Amino acid sequence: MLKIKDLHASVEDKEILKGVSLEVKPGEVHAIMGPNGSGKSTLASVIAGKEEFEITKGSILFEGEDLEDVSPEERAHKGVFLSFQYPVEIPGVSVTNFMKTAINESRKARGQEDMPANEMLKLIREKSEMLDIDRKFLSRSLNQGFSGGEKKRNEIFQMAMLEPKLAILDETDSGLDIDALRIVANGVNKLKSKDNAVILITHYQRLLEYIIPDFVHVIHDGKIVKSGTKELALELEEKGYDWLKKEPVA
Amino acid sequence: MDLKDKLVSSFMAFENNVDVDHPIHDIRSEAIKNFEVKGFPSKKEEAWKYTSLNSLQKVDFSIFPKEENALEYHQVKKYFLHEIDTYKIVFIDGIYSSYLSETTHDGVDICLMSAALTKPMYKPVIDVYFNKVASKEESLTTLNTAFSREGAYIYIPKNKAPKKPVEIIHFATGNEATLMLQPRNLIIVEENAELQVIERHQSLTANEVLTNCVTEIFAARNAIIDYYKVQNDSSKASLIDNTYISQKDNSVVKVHTFSFGGKLTRNNLNFFQNGEHIDSTLKGVTILGEKQHVDHHTLVHHRQPNSESHQDYKGIYGEKSTGVFNGKIIVDKVAQKTNAFQQNNNVLISDKATINTKPQLEIFADDVKCSHGCTIGQLDEEAMFYLQSRGIPRKEATGLLMYAFANNVLESVRIPELKKRINKLIATKLGVRLGFDL
Repeated sequence: MLKIKDLHASVEDKEILKGVSLEVKPGEVHAIMGPNGSGKSTLASVIAGKEEFEITKGSILFEGEDLEDVSPEERAHKGVFLSFQYPVEIPGVSVTNFMKTAINESRKARGQEDMPANEMLKLIREKSEMLDIDRKFLSRSLNQGFSGGEKKRNEIFQMAMLEPKLAILDETDSGLDIDALRIVANGVNKLKSKDNAVILITHYQRLLEYIIPDFVHVIHDGKIVKSGTKELALELEEKGYDWLKKEPVA
Repeated sequence: MDLKDKLVSSFMAFENNVDVDHPIHDIRSEAIKNFEVKGFPSKKEEAWKYTSLNSLQKVDFSIFPKEENALEYHQVKKYFLHEIDTYKIVFIDGIYSSYLSETTHDGVDICLMSAALTKPMYKPVIDVYFNKVASKEESLTTLNTAFSREGAYIYIPKNKAPKKPVEIIHFATGNEATLMLQPRNLIIVEENAELQVIERHQSLTANEVLTNCVTEIFAARNAIIDYYKVQNDSSKASLIDNTYISQKDNSVVKVHTFSFGGKLTRNNLNFFQNGEHIDSTLKGVTILGEKQHVDHHTLVHHRQPNSESHQDYKGIYGEKSTGVFNGKIIVDKVAQKTNAFQQNNNVLISDKATINTKPQLEIFADDVKCSHGCTIGQLDEEAMFYLQSRGIPRKEATGLLMYAFANNVLESVRIPELKKRINKLIATKLGVRLGFDL
């Protein structure tokens, strides 16, 4: 599904990603862990198409297609979804209206008509119930005045609505208490299937107790320095990230 | 002959059609003298630094419309807030249209300035209020005073509130190749009374129109006034709006100005606080494109203690449009415990658009809270990426972000149908399909 080969990316001439390679197949869950500033979030943004970053070398293939000249919205239409670490507030646009806009824009891009209103309502009801989201919440302005937990839950609600093939969750666990974390993780687990894939970006092992990864990668200084199975996450939890700094990889 | 000379010499012709023995005519005569001395303001004056009236002065405007022109309601329905019932004071090429209007004398007076200026029963009110808050120095205001004859007259007695909002609409039909209009409005809201007004100037053709409008508003103790100015005129229509508001104790006056079109628009909005515990609110949303120009000059003069003023102007400038915001706040020495807030935020969505923004604070009291802030920015790329990553294309995302940017100014609009209309106008103006009903 996703093939990243020797990816180098920089912002304002500062190289952040220094040769990342990663392959994600349908049905898999990958966790990417690493200390602050290691390039985790940059990798997420680059996959989603943030223009601020310049790819200087390497490539990203999504379902065989090179994403280099594909705009962020086109990537979304193809099935890439990024759950933001810091979702943006949009006053005056309700969660529901935002989702209607997003879904219908994707449908338009695929040459489909707008989703009929009753179908949209049914979908919204179904997905919000799954994530234990109150109806009143849906008529509030997008992310405005939301608590950290509400913002993250709203991100997963959007993911549920858009049903992406590849979901990248950027620090979705940060700022969540244990109950909120459980709800979010349950939502992600329910959305998982053999046809879609998830990349979890996280600093802590905590989230991985609820969403079990098939593979764990450790990123440091813009490179994946170690890959393994879920046991690697436990090892990291025990040892911390300091060992990375002590043994810089050439 | 330039426009100034033409206007001054037209005054004699004007005198043939009005009662020169009426005391109002002395006021007119004084006013034309002032205009004759001062003429049109030039860019050399600080207040007109960024707005030039030169090209307008070269147009050979027709000053008195030659004949009446009729309009059918269905031709102009869309310019009315037709979703709800309203009182209507409608003018076509400066001439009152009784056919399109709906006035009243039922407990309140919602009618015509021409009647108020000529009929004896209105004289006591006219004597007290006419030309009492409007400037006697500012040249364009005095030009309007000199030719004051027609416009809206609204008098709301103590403890009264009309059942529905009042729409004041001026249509220009293009019957004349060029037309200059000078409406004069007088609005008095007595103690504990309330009023909602929507004002609009609308040209229906591509012919050149210049409107120099003066509105005087008096809010007595505890009066509540909501005034909405909808400026979405054709690209050949220019408007100089001079609004003067006098407020007494505990009154609340809110003026919202929605500037979405027109060739040149100058809004001179002046609040004078003549009492305590007053709330003055000035809000504006400006969305411009083409080579349109809007200049907001606001003044809030705090003359007594314990009052507040709130200003919030948002501007979105595209293509080659230009904007000006000049917000002046004066706090007199006696006006202690004044709270005066001013905010002007702008977004430029084109490299060729310009905005000049300037706060001007003159504070003579020492125990006051005044804040002002202005920003000029481009689009927030972080927010843009967020929307794009949800599948919303850049153009639609721009619209959505701009919509969100302007939206909070609308929160204080108290007529829901008007709010909906303005929301739709904003969406249309930004050229986007929002993907949902507003």
